Amino acid sequence: MKEEKSVPSDLSPKDENWMDKKVEFKKGTYCYGAPLKHQKYLDLPHPREWQPHNEDWNLPENWKEIILEGMKSLLEKYRSFKLFMDICVRCGACADKCHFFIGTGDPKNMPVLRAELLRSVYRRYFTLSGKIFGRLSGARDLTYDVLKEWFYYFYQCTECRRCSLYCPYGIDTCEITMMGRELLNLLGLNIQWVVEPASNSFRTGNHLGVPPPAFKETMGFAVDEIEELTGIKIDVPINRKGAEILFVAPSADYFASPHWYTLLGYLMLFHEIGLDYTWSTFASEGGNFGLFHSYELMKRLNAKIYEEAKRLKVKWILGGECGHMWRVIHQYMDTMNGPADFLEEPISPITGTKFENAKSTKMVHIAEFTADLIYHNKLVLDKKRNDKWIVTFHDSCNTARSVGLFEEPRYILKNVCNYFYEMPENTIREKTFCCGSGAGLGADENLEARLKGGFPRAYAVRYVKEKFGVNMVACMCAIDKASLPILLDYWLGGVEVCGIHELVGNALVMKGEKERTKNLRGEPLQREENEKGL
Amino acid sequence: MVERLAYAFLFTIFLILVPLIGVGILNLQKVFSIFVPYLAFLIFLFGLVYRVLSWATSPQPFKIPLVAGQQRSLKWIKSSYIESPYTKTGVFLRMLLEIIFFRSLLREEKVETHPKKWLLFTSKKALWLGSIIFHYSLLVIALRHLKLFFEPVPSFVSLLHRADSLFEIFLPTVYITDILALLALLFLFFRRILVRQVMYVSYATDYFALLLIISVILSGALVRYFFRVDLFDVKRFTLGLVSFRPYVPEVVGSAFYVHLFLVSFLFAYFPFSKLIHAGGIFLSPTRNLENTSREKRYINPWNYPVKVRSYEEWEDEFREMMREAGIPVEKEEKES
Repeated sequence: MKEEKSVPSDLSPKDENWMDKKVEFKKGTYCYGAPLKHQKYLDLPHPREWQPHNEDWNLPENWKEIILEGMKSLLEKYRSFKLFMDICVRCGACADKCHFFIGTGDPKNMPVLRAELLRSVYRRYFTLSGKIFGRLSGARDLTYDVLKEWFYYFYQCTECRRCSLYCPYGIDTCEITMMGRELLNLLGLNIQWVVEPASNSFRTGNHLGVPPPAFKETMGFAVDEIEELTGIKIDVPINRKGAEILFVAPSADYFASPHWYTLLGYLMLFHEIGLDYTWSTFASEGGNFGLFHSYELMKRLNAKIYEEAKRLKVKWILGGECGHMWRVIHQYMDTMNGPADFLEEPISPITGTKFENAKSTKMVHIAEFTADLIYHNKLVLDKKRNDKWIVTFHDSCNTARSVGLFEEPRYILKNVCNYFYEMPENTIREKTFCCGSGAGLGADENLEARLKGGFPRAYAVRYVKEKFGVNMVACMCAIDKASLPILLDYWLGGVEVCGIHELVGNALVMKGEKERTKNLRGEPLQREENEKGL
Repeated sequence: MVERLAYAFLFTIFLILVPLIGVGILNLQKVFSIFVPYLAFLIFLFGLVYRVLSWATSPQPFKIPLVAGQQRSLKWIKSSYIESPYTKTGVFLRMLLEIIFFRSLLREEKVETHPKKWLLFTSKKALWLGSIIFHYSLLVIALRHLKLFFEPVPSFVSLLHRADSLFEIFLPTVYITDILALLALLFLFFRRILVRQVMYVSYATDYFALLLIISVILSGALVRYFFRVDLFDVKRFTLGLVSFRPYVPEVVGSAFYVHLFLVSFLFAYFPFSKLIHAGGIFLSPTRNLENTSREKRYINPWNYPVKVRSYEEWEDEFREMMREAGIPVEKEEKES
């Protein structure tokens, strides 16, 4: 039996002035600083070795000036920032909407207060009332302690945008956190789990730093596994010029587990429908850790996708299961690195469906693509092969609140498995709770914060586990796939995590396949006796 | 909290004392009836224009709607016309719902932790209701005051007066909106003291804003219900203001001056405080943009070129091993 985990007991802050409380860097709750090597590789400002728990952060002498200048420049560049600095009335509607606040009870994790960390400095230096009334109007000086507080709390926000849903003015803490991080980056204050993957992506094309031959080798393993399961030897095209479609997935799909089984699912699907497509070793990462760093780094990393599509002379781009990758592709890519006028408006070669919603960016989400295939009866699916799983669906923050992909994955799931149940209404779709590890926080050293941040999600999974016997959480995000297994193991146990296309791969009846006895994980298709009633 | 409250109360009392002393002791009727209202209105006007322009002139670089419903994608999937708007009309309706019905506040639900059940969600509409009542009552009160600025009084204003004064048993009439606004304000005020999360994030200025509006309404009530000022004289004064032929009222008492001064202060304070949210909501980029980011290209006016790693540069580093592994490369193709 799992021991009882301590549930946060109190969401009622004490009567104190938050400005008097200094931040404390407790081990397990913050991420380590970025290694010098990677800061240098990316030409980041003020590169140096440093750690957040060090007393002295070795800042440039004129750091205050740099921050205030930076703030001024961001205020001029982003209406969102300026507006969100000005219009909050502190009504408190957002307070208990943040998974980090619910999980930690730390009042500075209330979205309104996270924003006040910046706003207080904004008021002091950029508004009349702040200059006159000072602390009474919520203004304060920019000090070393303030800077440390910024670092701590802007790296304890996963940019999930849930609070913004409840805000009567639409104030988006994601924008606030992004601006906070932009400012911190001016002083070289950054974390390893953002800068290192970004630097790897920049150099090799993917955040794990996988060089092209290893990429090919991995695909070879996938081909072998699929042959073993189905008896079919499939082909994985790499860097093939003139293919109709370029496929870009998060690199975790071909190097991490349980992402791997999603990869098998993609490959089986593409083989079965005879898709004319290619992978790329240059644009071998859909995920974009630049998003968690700065506008500029996001753009630098993202540029590879269009460049490669142009070089390979494909017609359009298909994207795999990933959360923040889709934030970038949906809301930023075309604006930053477009126009993609060298590509064609995406049309499914199998069904003839025009993806009108992607006609400018020319990139289609695989859930849209597969849902369309199923709707047009282009796939033979045997739901029974997923009968081992009682499935629920976790909406990833970005594909939910930034794209609006709600029905496509559900439609696929309902067509590939017999047992599908929704989590409570206030924890799914636009109200979905984050896994607690997004926005570059999926490191090891901050595990305590991640487990607490994921607590609301764990609650929702526990609810359906107890009510319907759910033993599988399906999701479409590489960070979810990496973090949810740890989270659910800690809080519940007995629930696994998969991608949508893993379940598609299980159910997909392929032409000429041998009788399937195992699922993509190499486990028996049905639950064994002793596993029943889990 | 006590300290913050004390400052808010002290400052409000100070504001009430200013006209009492200014008119009652120093006999500065002219200053308080003419100079102060004009100045306050000018500050309001210029402040408002300045703030709105400062938002409107800084660009919105990306299309970042907060999507709260199914996107428009495949034809057979029902998309959400308002929660994930893909047309101008959809955006307009979304904004209308936000501005007129406070749509997002209506989602409000309280989360509590529980040792056994872990989390409890309760739907809460109190904040929504309190805000709606407060804002609409204030709107009606403001519109009622138009009576003082037009001769003859527009028919809709007279109608409003009649509709708002169902309690005709009292003399003079007690307006429903005065009572509703006060109740709502008291709710918002005590919420800031009693709800710990809200108390924690409240500044002295947050309490002050509520106290200021409460004082405005109370002083207005005093003028009307207790001191029974000569409305004819007041109207002569207000008409004088708007026609730029200022007239100093003769027989009104100090309650009138307190009311006038607090309203003037409210106007001048508006653009430079959080009260400006009323103007900002219209520009909120998470609400006023379409979720059509992949369909129509959105332009960022300051989009600048960045340092990228080109394919050539990348292949230069990996070409040797790619060749060995049998992965197609650019240069080799050109050579052969």
